[in-house]
Amino acid sequence: MTTTTASESVSASLESASIKSWKAPIAYAIFSLIAIVLFVVNGRDGVSRFRLSNDADVIQLAPIDNPTRLTCVLLVVLLVAITAYAAWLSSRAKRAPLWLTILFALAFMWAFLTWAAAGETIPITGLLLGTVALSAPLIFGSLGGVISERVGVVNVAIEGQLLAGAFLSAFVASVTGNPWVGLVAAMVAGVLVSFLLAAFSIKYIVDQVIVGVVLNVLVAGLTSFLYSTVLTSNTPLFNSPPRFPRISIPFLSEIPILGPVLFRQTIIIYCMYIAVFVVWWALFRTKWGLRLRAVGEHPQAADTVGIKVNATRFWNVALAGAIAGFGGAYFTLGSVGGFTKEMTAGAGFIALAAVIFGRWDPIRATLAALLFGFATNLQNVLGAIGSGVPSEFLLMLPYVVTIFAVAGLVGYVRGPAASGKPYIKA
Amino acid sequence: MKLELRGITKRFGSLVANDSIDLTVQPGEIHCLLGENGAGKSTLMNVLYGLYQAEEGEVLLDDVVQRFAGPGDAMRAGIGMVHQHFMLIPVFSVAENVMLGHEQTGFGGRLDLDAARAKVREISARFGFHVDPDALVGDLPVGVQQRVEIIKALSQNARVLVFDEPTAVLTPQETDELMTIMRQLKAEGTSIVFITHKLREVREVADRITVIRLGKVVGEASPAASNSELAALMVGRAVELTVHKQPARPGAAGLVVRNLDVIDPLGLKVVNNVSFEVHAGEILAIAGVQGNGQTELTEAILGLQPRVTGEISLNGKPLTGLSVRKILNAGVGFVPEDRTEDGLVGHFSIAENLMLDRSDREPFVRNGNLQLGYLAEFAQEKKDEFDIRAESINSKAGQLSGGNQQKVVLARELSRDLKLFVACQPTRGIDVGSIEFVHKRMVATRDAGIPVVVVSTELDEVVALADRIAVMYRGSIVGIVPGNTPRNVLGLMMAGEIPGEVAA
Repeated sequence: MTTTTASESVSASLESASIKSWKAPIAYAIFSLIAIVLFVVNGRDGVSRFRLSNDADVIQLAPIDNPTRLTCVLLVVLLVAITAYAAWLSSRAKRAPLWLTILFALAFMWAFLTWAAAGETIPITGLLLGTVALSAPLIFGSLGGVISERVGVVNVAIEGQLLAGAFLSAFVASVTGNPWVGLVAAMVAGVLVSFLLAAFSIKYIVDQVIVGVVLNVLVAGLTSFLYSTVLTSNTPLFNSPPRFPRISIPFLSEIPILGPVLFRQTIIIYCMYIAVFVVWWALFRTKWGLRLRAVGEHPQAADTVGIKVNATRFWNVALAGAIAGFGGAYFTLGSVGGFTKEMTAGAGFIALAAVIFGRWDPIRATLAALLFGFATNLQNVLGAIGSGVPSEFLLMLPYVVTIFAVAGLVGYVRGPAASGKPYIKA
Repeated sequence: MKLELRGITKRFGSLVANDSIDLTVQPGEIHCLLGENGAGKSTLMNVLYGLYQAEEGEVLLDDVVQRFAGPGDAMRAGIGMVHQHFMLIPVFSVAENVMLGHEQTGFGGRLDLDAARAKVREISARFGFHVDPDALVGDLPVGVQQRVEIIKALSQNARVLVFDEPTAVLTPQETDELMTIMRQLKAEGTSIVFITHKLREVREVADRITVIRLGKVVGEASPAASNSELAALMVGRAVELTVHKQPARPGAAGLVVRNLDVIDPLGLKVVNNVSFEVHAGEILAIAGVQGNGQTELTEAILGLQPRVTGEISLNGKPLTGLSVRKILNAGVGFVPEDRTEDGLVGHFSIAENLMLDRSDREPFVRNGNLQLGYLAEFAQEKKDEFDIRAESINSKAGQLSGGNQQKVVLARELSRDLKLFVACQPTRGIDVGSIEFVHKRMVATRDAGIPVVVVSTELDEVVALADRIAVMYRGSIVGIVPGNTPRNVLGLMMAGEIPGEVAA
């Protein structure tokens, strides 16, 4: 551009103004206050022991003994210091960095465990092992959610896909006596639920959230009905699926703490590791992923370069259903070993929260699902060791974590632009 | 490549958008398709591009009949399109946008981004563009985004390139650069279809001109034709291209804005230290390319923006911090930029829309009850006064044409007791007849001694209406200049440069 007559010019970029946000310090302060009331004012005496190895492990780690009161006081001081630092940052209009939140969360969690386990022993390996087990369906569910929402269809039906997968896999695996056939059946079940979701939301342009909710109710009702009429009529024949055995991976399973947790698992969990990586890689590195994201962001633009928007949506929603259905099989073929009514118990909704908390990214969603799984398992472990924390409070734990994670930590994030909006060609 | 359209007819329900249209574009020719908004230009091009299926007629390329089931087929046949609303994905990089739909892949469907980057660089070099293949499209200025669209089309070896209203979002300088690019493409043998309703551009660049009105070809014109000839052909009657107005007789300062900042949710100052005054009986036009803070400025005046610092006062009374209701009651009339979204409720009748911002008191509401009798009388009177063409006052606002919708908004705002009138893009997307009407009413409002603020991205409109012009760029006012400032100076100011001879 010629600038011969110009004597001065205006800066090309917008000045940024500082917005002071007190969200982080307020959240920290609330938790610090809870910590002070619970861990110091209501402090307990004794020693809290964290056990790091099982007796069967090759490499034995010594347990960590925390003097309960002293550890709690020190950690609470740390929490208060972090809160003060965050407040100072906010007063200078800076944002609290992510590592600060992570540090705060770890310190709070350590203090909580120490306090809850006064005079008891917490098996850390068992806590983490259970975390992986409880997270598995959440992770498969959230992968299905990520794919579906990235292509532009809101998937509230994850719960239904998980439940359908659990039911059909139990039934088919029992009848055939082959868990592999059950696994395939689980995917088919998830796909069938997806077909309904896709047909109603893409072809008939029904509100996607409503279709999803209705499908959840439908699957819950249908599986409960078939359970009580068919499965219970002959439990040995219809509802005794063979379970996948645990497979130890040589060497890797001997790594202290993480080895038994990650590499002494069933084939479903190993498939999960692969699935998370493959979905992430394919979503961001392949032609399939590029087209899928294009359709979910700006369907019209995708259409103008010759991508069939609604077909792309339909088949990828089906794929999402297959993955979520696969996760449903974990309930019956991986852990419990039989179908019971509404056995998914809201896992699909927590998976949905993981999708949002994970900002529609497979890896982040997996981490979010692990967090939720950890919260659920913490409740189990503390209940089992009889920690004295009221059981009603423990039951709330996973949901409290979910609400805080989604509302507090995530706040407003931008999802795929066209998610939930049907594409209607003029 | 020679492009020929024969007898294209496209209907939407009972509406005939294209009525057996014939069009021939010779190889290496810039062919202008001139017509008003809603004349059927874009529909015709969407038929050509395979986005719509025509009921009748055929498309021929080099005398071979083509069948396009979708845009993919059209692209393969060598047709490219630069859309009015860019068909780019903001969260993708330039290279990803260019490759989308015909990706080169390696093992396992892995994207070959390097090939796409090389392609972007190669085409950029050919035309002297400076486009970074790895930049996110959403971060680029609109002018550059348009170049990405051009690169996208050319990467498919397009031999026929359609530009759909390409200059709507550009500064005058960017428009000139686009004309240069078009001539360059033409020199390479590309056939170009250039869709526009701006007469100046047509005469500058076209080899041949086809004029479309109400879905029909009404004639061909030569680029040597005068503006008024072209306008008459386009509208179907002689049109007044200039607004007749007396010199302004400004009174006391009405609206005073001092050191106004507006901060958006991301913490960016979208309006930065803006100060100006508007006197009673004058029109201040706020010019600038779309998205330089004009919208936020007017929203701040109306109290619609949450984070505002600085002062806004009307006749000495402060408006800052008041609720929208109180600001409206203080006598501020407002025509929003997007009338279908913010100006009207489409499912409401004309009458209901006319009382939208007076639903809280008499005479429209008494003891919580709508005064339907009074409303009907009032609406009928306004319908006649503002020449709103509709079956009755009970017609749904959403079914009116753009021009008539805008008249409803104007009727509502101008029939209140105004102390200030703010209009954003008052003539965007409306027919020439309505434009004349809107402009006349705005001048009449000024002559009634009311300060008027007009925000417009159309330089023609700014020059026609303004007594003074404030040019905005990146949230700041570059300068406030007299209404008779030459266009090229305004153009430079719209790009953020303050020409030496202008005292800012």
